[in-house]
Amino acid sequence: MSVDVAALSTNGHTSYIDFQGKHKGVLGWLLSTDHKRIGILYLIAILTFFAVGVTIGFFMRLELIAPGKTIMNPQTYNSLFTLHGVIMIFLFVIPGIPAIFGNFFLPILIGAKDVAFPRLNLFSWYLYIFGALLAVLSILLPGGPADTGWTFYIPYSVRTGTNVLLALFAAFVLGFSSILTGLNFVTTVHRLRAPGMGWFKMPLSVWSLYATAWVQILATPIIGITLLLVVIERVFGVGLFDPALGGDPVLYQHLFWIYSHPAVYIMILPAMGVVSEIIPVFAQRTIFGYKFIAYSSIAIALFGSLVWAHHMFTAGMSNTGQFIFSLLTMIVAIPSAIKVFNWTATLYKGSIWVTPPLLYVLAFIFLFSIGGLTGIMQGVLSIDIHVHDTSFIVAHFHYVMFGGTGFGIFAAFHYWFPKMFGRMYNIKTAKAAFWFLFIGFNLLYFPMFIMGWLGMPRRYYDYLPEYQPFHLISTVGSWILIVGLIIMFANLIYALKKGKVTAEKNPWGGETLEWKVDTPPIHENFHTIPIVTERPYEYKNNDLILNQEVK
Amino acid sequence: MFDGASNFIEKVDGAFLFTIIVSVFFLVLITVLMLVFVFKYNRKRHPKAVNVHSNVWLEVTWTVIPTILVLIMFWYGWIGYAEMRAIPENSMQVEVTAQMWKWTFKYENGLQTDTLYVPVNKPVKLKMTSRDVNHAFYIPAFRIKKDVYPARDRFAWFQADKIGSYDIACAEYCGLNHSYMYSKIHVLSEQDFNGWLQKK
Repeated sequence: MSVDVAALSTNGHTSYIDFQGKHKGVLGWLLSTDHKRIGILYLIAILTFFAVGVTIGFFMRLELIAPGKTIMNPQTYNSLFTLHGVIMIFLFVIPGIPAIFGNFFLPILIGAKDVAFPRLNLFSWYLYIFGALLAVLSILLPGGPADTGWTFYIPYSVRTGTNVLLALFAAFVLGFSSILTGLNFVTTVHRLRAPGMGWFKMPLSVWSLYATAWVQILATPIIGITLLLVVIERVFGVGLFDPALGGDPVLYQHLFWIYSHPAVYIMILPAMGVVSEIIPVFAQRTIFGYKFIAYSSIAIALFGSLVWAHHMFTAGMSNTGQFIFSLLTMIVAIPSAIKVFNWTATLYKGSIWVTPPLLYVLAFIFLFSIGGLTGIMQGVLSIDIHVHDTSFIVAHFHYVMFGGTGFGIFAAFHYWFPKMFGRMYNIKTAKAAFWFLFIGFNLLYFPMFIMGWLGMPRRYYDYLPEYQPFHLISTVGSWILIVGLIIMFANLIYALKKGKVTAEKNPWGGETLEWKVDTPPIHENFHTIPIVTERPYEYKNNDLILNQEVK
Repeated sequence: MFDGASNFIEKVDGAFLFTIIVSVFFLVLITVLMLVFVFKYNRKRHPKAVNVHSNVWLEVTWTVIPTILVLIMFWYGWIGYAEMRAIPENSMQVEVTAQMWKWTFKYENGLQTDTLYVPVNKPVKLKMTSRDVNHAFYIPAFRIKKDVYPARDRFAWFQADKIGSYDIACAEYCGLNHSYMYSKIHVLSEQDFNGWLQKK
């Protein structure tokens, strides 16, 4: 780590960056159990794999700019979409906010010195790296990268000669990184809150990380076992899932989706937590409906665990199954809708400062709404029969996972950057990057809704000429999006080295505990553990001056 | 929406239209409110915020109304789907075999083809199985889709209501040439169909 960052906070204490512990230099980071350093380790690893995933996406879209072969053959394309899914889902979106910002800020937000199990935390990072390396190995070794799609459906995944076993092991190992992080966070929230911080005095991002952590603990083991069973099926031909051996391919789908649907709530809940943090700050007023947002997080985690078979509406389930899963899918949308309404209401009579974090949050609300509403469409049985396995679905999940979680991550970067690094980035450049991202994103994904409804299937290397106009717009959108990503990251990386040094504790006017600690924080976070007396987002100033509160 | 050619179009496209209208309404509502608030309460124009903590009636309203709406959408979707499961007794059966990477159709009189011919306005039942991996039988113009598995049968039915030719696509990733597994369904008049069927 040779980033040149301001070393001392205003009162002369050493930041977590310059802290000298048992180990020196790079080892001081690779063997650190400081949650903040671990958060930075995850940041570097996760962004590296995000870059790989984006690059793969770029080449996929380049192939699809015209019918027929453009730059690659079908086998390559099939492996690329598999890798794109595996990398983006397991190495970027699922760990994303919890591993980077949860690790860095959860203890600070609750007034603690670290998480409950700091060594387990470091171990989780090593599991992530090990799993990631296994995935990389699966690309490089003979056999070639897996070409099954990230869903590994049987029988194809036990027939293909590609490196499926390595990919399965990679996902298995990564799952443990997620489970242990979840365990760590649940324990931390229960046991390490500062004196006075009751549950309803916790910041909403903590509620989100907490709900997420439960899903990580309870759901991930299921995919772990399932992937292991696929390995066993592939190696020993047991016949659990393979119909040629008397097995049930639909059973595999149930086991796969019982994790992979809750997984999407692991992806979105932390991003929703970020949104709940950012809006009150830049509206300089209290959040609207704190308890409703908090309870909605729990409801989303709970109901989200009951809807998995909506991924299987064409698989041939019983009428009862179809009925129940469709009904529950409609219900799970409601708590998310409640959050969207409460966020919008938080802007009402605010004093709004439009900064890059707020821009990303406003975009989140718009893009997540589109993703969520199209999710509701897919929960409607007769509609889903038609759009299942088309690019409509691809558009939907990119709107929620990228427009939602992705933009949530970008918001978190721009919000917490000054606190993490003691530097400020260029605001104008950040805003320019935002517009490239927003416009590029919509051009890239919206046409997929239309062509999906018109019958364009997904995971298609080639397509009928009538779909080309949509694919062309989409590919051009991907270029604009990538320009935005480059500008955004270049701006932030430049700021790390050359940005204005700041020791300002509270540049944005926030009221949660991270804005009371040093910039960057010291090793132990707090000079003295705070005693919490207020609810978060009180903004008492507003009441004092106006001398009245609208209830 | 585009023109469809089966008995399912009305309920499927109807559900889709209803859902789109409700969705666009809420999307526009949220977006406009967001933009209006950001402009009207911009810090330069509105330097002091007001702490509106919560309003239980508002919360109840925006919980109950969306719940009712999604339940209506659910119901609309369910009845459209139930129709797809209610296979008429008098359907003409065609056996469909999927394999990497083509479709084969076999008629009750033993005729085997690689394109599907059906009479207009008559129910047709498909009995489908795969020779190898998972596939899915998809006719976009009819709004039908069903996964097709090895070692078991899956059923679907439809009644074509327009003479013409429509695409059959595979809609479950099945390896190398998944995107080339196209076939066609030709909907003929009953007379033309019977004529065609005789040619063994």
